[in-house]
Amino acid sequence: MHLFLVLSLSEESTLVVSKIKNGTVIDHIPAGKALDILAVLGINGKEGYRIAILMNVESKKLGKKDIIKIEDRMLSVDELNIISLVAPRATINIVEDFSVTAKHRVEVPNYIEGVLRCPNPTCVTNKRAEPIRTRFRTISKDPIKLQCEYCGTVVIWDEIPKLIARKR
Amino acid sequence: MKERFYKRDVISILEFNREDLEYLFDVCDKALRYIDKKLYLLKDKVISLAFFEPSTRTRFSFEVAAKKLGADVISFTSEEASSISKGENLADTIRMLDSYSDLIVIRHRLEGVAKYAAEIAEKPVINAGDGKQHHPTQAMIDLYTVRKLFDTIDGLVYGVLGDLKYGRAATSFIYGLSQFKPRKIYLIAPEALKAREEVLEMLKNKGIIYEERNNVEDVIDAIDVLYVTRIQRERFPDPMEYEKVKGSYRVTYELLKRGKKELKVLHPLPKVDEIEYSVDISSYAAYYIQAKYGVPIRMSLLALIFGAELE
Repeated sequence: MHLFLVLSLSEESTLVVSKIKNGTVIDHIPAGKALDILAVLGINGKEGYRIAILMNVESKKLGKKDIIKIEDRMLSVDELNIISLVAPRATINIVEDFSVTAKHRVEVPNYIEGVLRCPNPTCVTNKRAEPIRTRFRTISKDPIKLQCEYCGTVVIWDEIPKLIARKR
Repeated sequence: MKERFYKRDVISILEFNREDLEYLFDVCDKALRYIDKKLYLLKDKVISLAFFEPSTRTRFSFEVAAKKLGADVISFTSEEASSISKGENLADTIRMLDSYSDLIVIRHRLEGVAKYAAEIAEKPVINAGDGKQHHPTQAMIDLYTVRKLFDTIDGLVYGVLGDLKYGRAATSFIYGLSQFKPRKIYLIAPEALKAREEVLEMLKNKGIIYEERNNVEDVIDAIDVLYVTRIQRERFPDPMEYEKVKGSYRVTYELLKRGKKELKVLHPLPKVDEIEYSVDISSYAAYYIQAKYGVPIRMSLLALIFGAELE
C-alpha cells in the first residue's frame, strides 16, 4: 500500500505531494473532513491505490480545506454524489496523463442507499440477519437533511460522518 | 376511486390522500349496515395475522373483519409462537406467509418492518403498527370517528395529549389530520415526550397550524377533540426515564367541564391511568364508540383491497 498522509501543510509545502498521472483529485473539502470522504467512498487504504491526503491546507475560498488525490481510481457518478453528503461544495478533477480532463461539482442525490446507518436503534435496518440496505431520502439539500425511508428519522448534516457505515 | 385501493399496501396514513380516506369512510358507512351479518365476499381468501407484539383490539378486529367477509385467518401472536424464536429472520417468515395467504397484516416493535415486509411480499401488506412510527388503520378509525361525531374533520381544534414521542397511534392521527384542514392542532406532551422532529417537519411543510404545549389545562377551553394516549412504557430505552414521566398528565371530569360542551375525548386504547374513570360514563367519552368502528373500517379496507363490493 502506498499512502502519503500529509497533515497541516501550507499551500507551498503541498508541493511535496507529486502530481498524479491518472486518477481523481477531490478538492475543496471542508477542513478536517478528508477521512470522512474516504470512509463514504469505502476506501480504507488496503485497495492498493496510491492516495495522498492533505489536511488543513490554506484556501482562498474556504480559509482552510482538505484535498484527496487517488491514483488510478476513477469515481462513478454515484460515488461523486455520495461525496456531497460530507463535502457539498467539493470539486472533482479527473486526471489523465497528468492533465485535468474533466471537472465535476458534486450534487446531493435524492436518495442515498447503503451508505449511512440509521441512528434509530429500533429501525428495521439495524436488525441483524436481515437482507436490508438503508435508504435515505433527501428532504433538504442546503442545509443537508435526510430522512430514513424505513423509520422516518431525520438526519442533519452534522450527524452524517458518524453514520457512515457502508452496508453495501 | 376503488381501483386506488385494489391490491394496495397500507404502510402509512400519509400514503392516503383526503379523497382516498373520504371514499373509505363512505364505504364504511355501508359496512355498518352489514356489521351483524356474515358475508362471503372473501370466501376464497386467506389472511395472515402476523403479530410480533401484543394486541387486543387491532388483532381481534382484523380477525373479526376478515371472518365477517368470509375469509379464513391464520395467525401467530408473538415471536415465541413463530420460528423467529428459532432464529429465522423476518424476511423468510414474510416469504412463508406470502406463499400461504392472500394478504398479510403485520405488527412489530421495530420501525419500518411493514415497509420491509411489503418489499418482500408479492401480496398486499397492512401495517398494524410498527414500533413508534405508523398505525394507519388506527388513524382511519380515529378520523372516521371524528367525522361521525362532528360530520366533518375540517375546521376543528384538536388537542393530541400524551406520549407523542413513542406513540404510533398519536403520530398517525396527527399525520391523518394533516390530510384534512384542521383549524389548529395542539400537541400537548411533557417535555420528555414531545413530538418527534419528522412529525413537526411534516406539519410545517403542509402549512398546518400547530402549537406545542406542556399542559392540557391551559388550552382545554379551545379544543373540540381531545385525543389522549397512554405513555408507551414498553418503548422507553431506559426504565428510569419512564419513572420520571409516569403519571405526568391525567384527564379528569372536572377538567373536561371547563372545556366546550360538545368536546369529545378519543383514545386508541388501551388506557391505563391517564383518564379518570368518571370520564368513561360521561358524554365526553367517545373512545368506546371509536373502538367499535375498528371492525367496519377494517372490513371496508379489506374489501377494497380485494376489489369486493360492499353495496
